[in-house]
Amino acid sequence: MTTTDYRHEPSVVEGRPSLRELDEIIAKPLESKPDKKYFLALAVTLSMLGIGVIGLAFSFYYGTGLWGNNNPVGWGFPIVNFVFWVGIGHAGTLISAILFLFRQKWRNGIARFAEGMTIFAVMTAMIFPAIHVGRPWLAGYLFPYPNQHSLWVNFTSPLLWDVFAVSTYFTVSFIFWYVGLIPDFATLRDKTFSKIKKVIYSVFSLGWRGSNRHWQHYEMVYLILAGFATPLVLSVHTIVSFDFAVSILPGWHTTIFPPYFVAGAVFSGFAMVQNVLIFIRKIFNYEHIITLDTLEKMNKIILLTGSIVGYAYAMEFFTAWYSGVQPEQFTFVNRAFGPYAWAYWIMASCNVFFPQFFWIKKIRRSIPFMFVLAVLVNVGMWFERFVITVTSLSRDYLPSSWAYYTPTLTDFAILIGSFGFFFTWVLLFTKSLPVVSIAEIKAVAEGSQPSHKDH
Amino acid sequence: MSDKILYSYTGLFDTPDEIIHAAGKTADEGYKKFDINTPYPVHGMDDAMKLKPSRLGYFALVFGLSGTFATVLLMTWMTAFDYPIVIGGKPFFAFPAFVPIIFEVTVLAASVATVLTMLFVFFKFPNNSHPLHDTDYMKAVTSEKYGISIQAEDELFNEEKVKNFLQALGAKNITPVYFDNEELNVKHAVFEPKFISLLAVVFILVSGATYITLNKLMFITPFNWMMEQSKTIVQESNVLFADGFGMRNPVAGTVPRDQIPYKYKGDPEGAGENLANPLIPSKEVFALGEVKYNTYCSPCHGFHAEGDSRLRGQFPNPPSMHSEKVRNWSDGRLFHVITEGQNIMPAYSSQLSREERWAVVLYIRALQRSLNAKESDLQ
Ligand code: HEC
Repeated sequence: MTTTDYRHEPSVVEGRPSLRELDEIIAKPLESKPDKKYFLALAVTLSMLGIGVIGLAFSFYYGTGLWGNNNPVGWGFPIVNFVFWVGIGHAGTLISAILFLFRQKWRNGIARFAEGMTIFAVMTAMIFPAIHVGRPWLAGYLFPYPNQHSLWVNFTSPLLWDVFAVSTYFTVSFIFWYVGLIPDFATLRDKTFSKIKKVIYSVFSLGWRGSNRHWQHYEMVYLILAGFATPLVLSVHTIVSFDFAVSILPGWHTTIFPPYFVAGAVFSGFAMVQNVLIFIRKIFNYEHIITLDTLEKMNKIILLTGSIVGYAYAMEFFTAWYSGVQPEQFTFVNRAFGPYAWAYWIMASCNVFFPQFFWIKKIRRSIPFMFVLAVLVNVGMWFERFVITVTSLSRDYLPSSWAYYTPTLTDFAILIGSFGFFFTWVLLFTKSLPVVSIAEIKAVAEGSQPSHKDH
Repeated sequence: MSDKILYSYTGLFDTPDEIIHAAGKTADEGYKKFDINTPYPVHGMDDAMKLKPSRLGYFALVFGLSGTFATVLLMTWMTAFDYPIVIGGKPFFAFPAFVPIIFEVTVLAASVATVLTMLFVFFKFPNNSHPLHDTDYMKAVTSEKYGISIQAEDELFNEEKVKNFLQALGAKNITPVYFDNEELNVKHAVFEPKFISLLAVVFILVSGATYITLNKLMFITPFNWMMEQSKTIVQESNVLFADGFGMRNPVAGTVPRDQIPYKYKGDPEGAGENLANPLIPSKEVFALGEVKYNTYCSPCHGFHAEGDSRLRGQFPNPPSMHSEKVRNWSDGRLFHVITEGQNIMPAYSSQLSREERWAVVLYIRALQRSLNAKESDLQ
């Protein structure tokens, strides 16, 4: 029998590395030349991106008629992908802001990376509404500005709320990220021997000196930003869900949508972060910084949010039955047993059934298992958006206008391209910026805080 | 060394416990201008240094509330006053529907402004010329050591005393840090040619990009040059035609539909003899004649054709049309005067159609009869 001393919180960082060692480990990818594997990975993501670019080029040349969107399903892939990618972003803010407010120290090892993924995911997401309007170069019309028609945008439309929510989300996430990077830039500045790098780091560090007179305000601002980002991240997917819920289509017009969407977003976002972190910790030897404990905690959150999503699925059926509204009841029966039943059951099994394996501790701590389960979660979450968007639109109140939606090759090319876009950014990020916050990980390393013995 | 100006004395510590202790002692000693530099925020340091709590929270509150109110006011003005549009029968001021955007802008304003305030007002960043930069001290404290720096500006500062004080605290690597003379002497880096040319390039790029987005994409009001169009403007010169005139003459040898050529050009007598009024007097014809007369003739000839011009001497007064001569003129002769003008009186053939001119003639006849009525008119 082993006894564990619960009076001391075990450190997040394993193996008691010295502060200097932490610097070295985290800065290593930035100081070493990229190897063959890196270029191979980059080649793959760039090819995917290239496929997407070709798809988009054709779409702009011949018009959006190349896509499967048509009456009555006007929202096909572009909106499905938009909601999917915005959702992916949510994990980053949750980790960096909400877990910060809850004083979860284990977040420090993964916060920087997750925030980076937020930014890239939101960038990817923003592509879709822009191309879905058909003429993305006129996307500036979405903002209220004094134009020659002296017309203003419609402030009462959920689509406009989206514009504000997503652009605010991007800006605030970016600022949060940059503020976190400033001390790290200073560390890198004082570490590098290359002249050019030194200039670059000096510029971005803004002249940070690690002064405690600065840390004091810095920590305050970090707290304030976390405090703002928390309701912000909840509001973003709430507003995305309003795009659906404020309409009167059966299957969309429900009050359960905001919490259900937010839980789904965190669910898929955590799965994506977990997937990528598994690679990162292996490739860069960060096993003792991004520990198995951290991954296990993430899996617990996946299990929790997955169950919330499952509850929401069940509740949707209950509400439809309980409401006594015929079109509503039809919509849900149609979802599960209609022409899109295949999509529905992919969604239900990937999101509700498979994550239940995480109840088992062994699976929670087994890298191959958790990887596969998280991939399934993301497949399932993509299908969830597909099911919600397409089934409701393809069969609404008027049976004479029903139609089956089939995506085209171009749709798939753009979807592949979005993954290429996202992962290209992730790869570039790993080689150009510290993927673990140096200052934050030091702050939770063992012996890094005063023991207050003389107080 | 003596020409260098001392900035501070620095010392390094290995553990967070030591630095907290050192900070507390330094503050107790009465030093005000000293600083602790650490690679990450050390808990309890603010109390040890006796720092007041950060006031940035209040700034965030003010920025956030300004964002809130600005958005409410703007949206209300735009949708309820400036351009109210009925959408789905909702009220123009639909507060519940405004809430999402109000919230987003509040968060945006508060976060962006607070961070900028911290960086540029509180920290006075960017500051890469600080004397501590590029010292071994700085290299140590951004990585693994905990440093203290007591500034020469402090009232209690005395080189020997500070050195001993730091030694007593157990600090290692006690070194003085001097201002960099080069940095001190470079006063106006802003006026360096490199910087100015950089500014010029940035300026050109930014203004070009702005021009294209604002004019060609967004059509923002002050920039869209709607007034300058490549179209023909009357009375203005025009590059489209060889003669440079915007207005064109009728094509040679053609006759506009409503303008039959006038046969009696320069021949008033001929017109008087041969032209006869084609109109049959009627209420409508007189009404038309009256309107046209009052518009075109009355300014000079007066409402009753008595030659009482309203032009107050700006144009010579015409003679009365009640003279023996004009009364005896035939209708054709009068018609000729209107068509061709007479001496300084201009022609009215372009303003009045043929029919209108005959109607005016009839109306003049009526005016003449009103002052020289025949006896038969009384019956
Ligand atoms: C710009 C002022 C002006 C206007 C407008 C004007 N006239 Fe005249 N009109 C004159 C002057 C001046 C004369 C005298 C010309 C001359 O010296 O023979 C004149 C002469 C005449 C005469 C000949 C009178 C005479 O005794 O020889 C007639 C008839 C006449 N106008 C009719 C008209 C009619 C009809 C109109 C409206 C279509 C008109 N005029 C508009 C200034 C005007």
